[in-house]
Amino acid sequence: MSVTPPADVLTVAPEEPVAALQEVSKRLGKTAALTRFSLQLRGGEVTALLGPNGAGKTTAVRLLIGLLAPDQGRVEVLGRDPRNSTARMAIGAMLQVARAPDMLTVREHIELFRSYYPRPLETTAILDRTGLLPIMHRRFGTLSGGQKQRLLFALAICGDPRLVCLDEPTVGLDIQARRQVWAHIRALAAAGKAVLLTTHYLEEADALAHRIALIERGRLVRLGTPTEIKRAVAARRIRCRTQVSDAVLRGLPTVTSLERHGEDAVIFAHDPQAVLRQLLPLDAALSDLEVGAASLEDAFLTLIHAD
Amino acid sequence: MTEAVVPLAPRARAARRLRPVLMEIGYEFLRLARTRAYSLSVIGFPLMFYLLFGTGHRHGPIAQYLIASYSCLALGSACLFGVGLSISFERAQGWLELKWASPMPRLAYLLAKMLSSAAFALIVMAVLIWLGITVGGVTVSLDQAARLAVIMLLGSIPFTALGLLIGLLVPANAGAGLINLIYLPLSFASGFFIPLRMLPHWVQRVAPALPTYHLAQLALAVFGFAPRSGALLHWLVLAGFSLLMFGAAWITFARREA
Repeated sequence: MSVTPPADVLTVAPEEPVAALQEVSKRLGKTAALTRFSLQLRGGEVTALLGPNGAGKTTAVRLLIGLLAPDQGRVEVLGRDPRNSTARMAIGAMLQVARAPDMLTVREHIELFRSYYPRPLETTAILDRTGLLPIMHRRFGTLSGGQKQRLLFALAICGDPRLVCLDEPTVGLDIQARRQVWAHIRALAAAGKAVLLTTHYLEEADALAHRIALIERGRLVRLGTPTEIKRAVAARRIRCRTQVSDAVLRGLPTVTSLERHGEDAVIFAHDPQAVLRQLLPLDAALSDLEVGAASLEDAFLTLIHAD
Repeated sequence: MTEAVVPLAPRARAARRLRPVLMEIGYEFLRLARTRAYSLSVIGFPLMFYLLFGTGHRHGPIAQYLIASYSCLALGSACLFGVGLSISFERAQGWLELKWASPMPRLAYLLAKMLSSAAFALIVMAVLIWLGITVGGVTVSLDQAARLAVIMLLGSIPFTALGLLIGLLVPANAGAGLINLIYLPLSFASGFFIPLRMLPHWVQRVAPALPTYHLAQLALAVFGFAPRSGALLHWLVLAGFSLLMFGAAWITFARREA
């Protein structure tokens, strides 16, 4: 008698990526949401997809969980198209949901989602792990914002999926609740899951991710460890009024990019002291000097200009 | 790491496939029952109307007529609000998308909404029959009750189809208003409140174009208020209407997803 494994069980060798986007392009309406975008997700690793609003993070997630089909390229989860129902059994997702049905309790929501998966975690284990045990009989409509997020997180993990996609899981949470979600995400990776996390908080990506993928206007700008990425984006912003020419400003040490509006200049540089030591003697009339940390938005600009 | 895999026996596998479908139906019914705006209006209005208008004509044909017509009224509103309004809300809140990304059996979602809505219509029908017998002084045979129940169950399909299309097209905040705007004239023009022959001529002429008319004719035939000979035609029209609505809903959904 030959035993074929049932179709609902997928296994994958440890070195194989759990999921992959390969040269994926996707247009939404008239905008190119993703352009030749590639990313691999491995078991035991948290990959953060980091980028400003509208960069294509959510589109990448929607492709991975089978809500969208790519125009070009391939999307695979455990070697299958995620729109296939068997592949979806290996995926858990936390999306930006305004609300779940108000009239069901925490426990009922979890029981229902558990029933979709072939080998779910035990209900009490899920409730316990997400701290929902004391409020399991509360209806969704009566939960606080943080409790709602925790329930949505519980729904993402209840099926014990190999791939967990979390689309901005900590948006709207206070610092304490955010740290709790972080601990859960670390535990997922420790349990061997492949985790994809989208965020526009550099700090969050830094705290959680093994790898960060920087995305901007649908393109992968850079992929690396948090340390590598931080080195690239940890720029400072120098703002001043000066008559020094653009070419000279760009030539100052560690300057990565420059924005100019008349006499107003915004200079991005890794070492602001080195810039100022040379700049101040050049322009005795320099005024309105301000040095600050570059925002993530600014950091992206410096990276994009650098490329 | 490889997982130990125990192949499931076909029967166990079938049971595992069925479980999420049954749970989806059970929880959807529970959700609707707890949503008082829904359960009170779907159940409350037909019963209130019956107590007002049906019991005023004890032992007469009107007390029997209204059992059939108010059951139809309940079915339409149960489905349009229970399927249509629910979907438009769940779509707007991103919940539909999360369900769609989950391994939920796709058909279970719609089936749960349809059967839960039909269950509400059946509850209304049962209470109407009980009121008819106890307060209205009419007789309803077991056979008549069973035939009416089958009409309610099958009749939930065309209204689920219409509800689905409304749910996919209409923004959530406009849903309730629009459903009332569509459904009240349909109910009136199909003889749910007043027998069709008492309505203006032009309404009588328009009625056969309405799905609610064909449902009402089937239900009224159970008590002899409409010829039974037309049943096949009424079912065919309802089937055609269902296909048309499901088709339009499918096109809407597919265009959204692309």
